[in-house]
Amino acid sequence: MGTILGYPIYSLVRLSLQRYGLFELVQHKGHYIGLHNFGLVLHDSVFWHTLLRTVVFTIANVGLTMVLGTLLALLLVRLSAWVRILLTAGLVLVWSMPQVVAVQVWNWITNYQNGVLNYALTELHVGNYFQHNWYGTTFSQLSLVTALIVWGALPFVAITVYAALSQVPRELVEAAEIDGARSVRLFFDVTLPFLRPVLLILTSLSILWDFGVFTQPFLLIGQPHIGPGNYLMGVYLYEEGYLKTDFGRGAAISILMLVIVAAMSVVYVRRMVRIGDAE
Amino acid sequence: MNVRNARRTLWNVVALVLFVVMIFPVFWMISTAFKADNQINALTPTWFPLRPTLSHFGAAIHKPFFWNDVENSVIVVSVTVAVAMTLAFLAAVALAKYRFTGRKLFIVLMIGVQMLPGAGLIIPLYVVLARYHQVNVLSGVIITYLTFALPFSVWTLRGFILGIPKDLEEAAMVDGSSRLGAFVKILLPLVAPGLVATSVFAFITSWNEYIFARTLLNDQSRQTITVWLSYFLGTSRHTDWGALMAASTLTAIPVVIFFLLVQRRIAFGLTAGAVRG
Repeated sequence: MGTILGYPIYSLVRLSLQRYGLFELVQHKGHYIGLHNFGLVLHDSVFWHTLLRTVVFTIANVGLTMVLGTLLALLLVRLSAWVRILLTAGLVLVWSMPQVVAVQVWNWITNYQNGVLNYALTELHVGNYFQHNWYGTTFSQLSLVTALIVWGALPFVAITVYAALSQVPRELVEAAEIDGARSVRLFFDVTLPFLRPVLLILTSLSILWDFGVFTQPFLLIGQPHIGPGNYLMGVYLYEEGYLKTDFGRGAAISILMLVIVAAMSVVYVRRMVRIGDAE
Repeated sequence: MNVRNARRTLWNVVALVLFVVMIFPVFWMISTAFKADNQINALTPTWFPLRPTLSHFGAAIHKPFFWNDVENSVIVVSVTVAVAMTLAFLAAVALAKYRFTGRKLFIVLMIGVQMLPGAGLIIPLYVVLARYHQVNVLSGVIITYLTFALPFSVWTLRGFILGIPKDLEEAAMVDGSSRLGAFVKILLPLVAPGLVATSVFAFITSWNEYIFARTLLNDQSRQTITVWLSYFLGTSRHTDWGALMAASTLTAIPVVIFFLLVQRRIAFGLTAGAVRG
């Protein structure tokens, strides 16, 4: 079983050091070319632009998911029982939607001709959105992708944080309330320390998922409209490595991507471990 | 009415608004699936189907390759779940009960694979599977899904097995059961809830999986249902939104049902596994 798990990584490293295209795929044999693939990628401005775009995208997505998810969890605590059950049921329903299904539904809602989003925004007097094209600019495209991802990720975060909130000792909260602490201070001084381990895990998981995301941007923007101007790392890898059958270069991109993800989450993982040790 | 009640009412109202916003896409999918075409394409949308129709479901399931690809998904999912559960159970027992060299490395490797972004693995998997003629056949996809279903299943089952007191197993052996007998009679029933939870998890992830199915399967007759659904929009200018929403509903139904069954365990498993690390 160790080989099942380790083999993809081993062959990834090996591929990245080879020239491996369609010809080599048929021959089942690559040509060793050292670090040439890495040189190609690192000297490609598309790579750097994509990386920057993906980092900004990841920060926006993770930030929104975590803040809104935590607020939603805090809201759940303050509700009457029947409203809480209703909202939780709604969240679970959203959570269970397969990604591809969600993308198709969002495609339909944001359709420029008769999508319900344009209709609703116009009716609510947000502005004139009649036949507004949501896929016109990169910013607009990626904002939609962000909305879709955050919508899909909120239930998991909200429900998990809500579960963690029930671990906060009631006496502590009540004592702070008697001392006259306001709700904002109450949250930061009393509740947050209890939530920290869970929030750290959720944040690092979100970073991993959002940095490598593929399905939502690829399908929501739609392949004909995908290009170097709106690549995210996952899409970039698919287009440059797989579609162009340049597997060596694709492997080099994958490795760079994995290293970046590892670097981004190592801080969290280490803190997580330390917290685990301290308890 | 005192201040506390007034505040609670306010939060309730906020929550109800959020509820409507959150579930709107799901509602809109189902609502559209039952609407007549002229109602769908009207410039002024209506919230509910006026004369509910099943014609879009008929159109969806009679599209080329629908049943073919549903069948493919069912094959892939059931083989993945069956093999993953058998192997994961044995591996979890080995991990929890016996010490062997490389145990720590094994655990680290398992968590490591979980952390990799899927997109990062399409290239090596494609090349390796092509070498063994596993591209464009279902078995290649099954092998791929196993590499993802196994780590999670082993990890979760290990937690369940660790929770079983060793005395129980020993008591059964003292009573004259063989090691295998103790294993089947004592361990298996206690681990059953874990097996159900992990197999549902494996079911959902492999039914929903997209990027590997898309890269590994090229023929329309060999694809899975998510890939079929993703090609639905096609290139034509006119989109049959009703049929697309009907097909989306059909794809989501099995997942939603299973998900609702084990939602609590999945939420628990994802974080508990991480915490227990």
